[in-house]
Amino acid sequence: MNLNKLLLLTSLVFTNLLGFAQKNHAHAPVAVSPDSTAKYEHAEGDFKIGEMIMHHISDAHQIHFGGSLYLPLPVIVLHDGHLDIFSSSNFYSVNEHGELDFRDYKGYRNHHEMIEYVGENATHDTHGHTVLDFSITKSVFGMLLIIALMIIIFRSVAKKYSNNPNTAPSGFQNLLEPFILFIRDDLAAPAMGPKKAEKYVPFLLTVFFFIWMCNLLGLVPFLGGFNITGTLSITLVLAVLVFLITSISGNKHYWGHIFWPPGVPVFVKVILVPIEIMSIFIKPAVLMIRLTANITAGHIVILAFVGLALMFGQKSELAGYSVGIGSVLFMIFMYFLELLVAFLQAYVFTLLAAMYFGDATQEHHAEHAHS
Amino acid sequence: MEGLLSVSVGTVFWASIAFIAVLVLLKKMAWGPIMQTLKEREEGIADALRKADAAKEEMSKLQASNEDLLREARNDRDRIMSEAKAMADQMRSEAVGKAQKEASAIIAKAQVEIETQKQAAISELKNQVADLSIQLAESLLKNALTDAEKQQALNSALINEFGKN
Repeated sequence: MNLNKLLLLTSLVFTNLLGFAQKNHAHAPVAVSPDSTAKYEHAEGDFKIGEMIMHHISDAHQIHFGGSLYLPLPVIVLHDGHLDIFSSSNFYSVNEHGELDFRDYKGYRNHHEMIEYVGENATHDTHGHTVLDFSITKSVFGMLLIIALMIIIFRSVAKKYSNNPNTAPSGFQNLLEPFILFIRDDLAAPAMGPKKAEKYVPFLLTVFFFIWMCNLLGLVPFLGGFNITGTLSITLVLAVLVFLITSISGNKHYWGHIFWPPGVPVFVKVILVPIEIMSIFIKPAVLMIRLTANITAGHIVILAFVGLALMFGQKSELAGYSVGIGSVLFMIFMYFLELLVAFLQAYVFTLLAAMYFGDATQEHHAEHAHS
Repeated sequence: MEGLLSVSVGTVFWASIAFIAVLVLLKKMAWGPIMQTLKEREEGIADALRKADAAKEEMSKLQASNEDLLREARNDRDRIMSEAKAMADQMRSEAVGKAQKEASAIIAKAQVEIETQKQAAISELKNQVADLSIQLAESLLKNALTDAEKQQALNSALINEFGKN
């Protein structure tokens, strides 16, 4: 109960902040910056597909729902030991094409979604220096949304479990139980044995559902094109956590294998040890890159089909419509594929994480199978 | 492209806080109770299965003993029946034997009686025949002895008859 209130309060604070910032914006002096990241469709009708795609998959300080509907997000910047919090709507005004005209605010400039400090009375050519940007960006916002959703969903499901422990699962509980059992019995248990798995299952479940739900959120159209799991900063955190858990739970056997591989001659050990040491970093790095690349690639392909129709539409209306039909068919296909990929990437990440944990905690007797 | 491949300190910061928070919260509020309940449920199911197996075994044991009991009862019945039958047979044959014996005794007695009666009748008849013969012979002799001639004739006839003998 308390937690729901907390979530509600947080969202209220956010909306207040946004509303307040909006008011500010109305009176803010207009200092037009010629930078316009969102101007992929110019007045002359010169459509730039690359800009459009990058605009959609990159992280941003505002959410573009489509048309001239933008949701400003809080900008939190740390500059010279001074914390500034304001709405991102101070950085732009929406013009009649539904595009953003950017401008500086309080000496800060949104330069291709990187906040820089350029100082007051800066000109277009002024080179600012990057500031520490703790803004609630599109991806962070989406992530918080997913986390709130996860807490609400799994709390209610857990309550159902606690309240009716001996009845058959029903409703949402029934939907989620196969996945929970799948992670526990078919993923964690084979990787490290059912006894040890108990310790790691909460992390694996959280990672699995977090990635999956983030992936799915990215597939919902008209929500601003979230690309949470395609944001390197976020997958980096997941990968670092996997690395930390693997390293901390690594037993003598695991480290022994890395620093003094058994059963090989000394000169091979000299070659092997650096490779093994590199591998403990490469493994989580690969997790991170695979997830980011897969999700981003899926978004790029779908957006490319949208862009294709628009590009042809620029040449002639007929070409636009005819290519559009093909594009839509391919997009439907891609959407199904992406739904599969959304699950698959969550599964692969969780599976590999479980296997790394399994490697790290393997008991001595399993060594004979290796060497 | 720089936006895609760069790592933002702020995003890393928020992601770390948010993910660790959700991990801790869910572990406490959701995964703990869910895993606990699932484990209990699985144990409950395993226990129930075990109990069902035991009950089944008990049942089959009971059934076997029931069958044993039934077979025993059937055997008892058969035995009692056959014993009763044998006894009845014996009694019947005894009765028949006794009856036969009595009947034959009666018959024998009757035969003896008949024989005695017959002998008595025969001797009675013989006596009467002898009396009659004597009377006849007397009257005949009287008749014959009345006349000398006839007496003569008779003498000779008798002499003839007896003489031959």
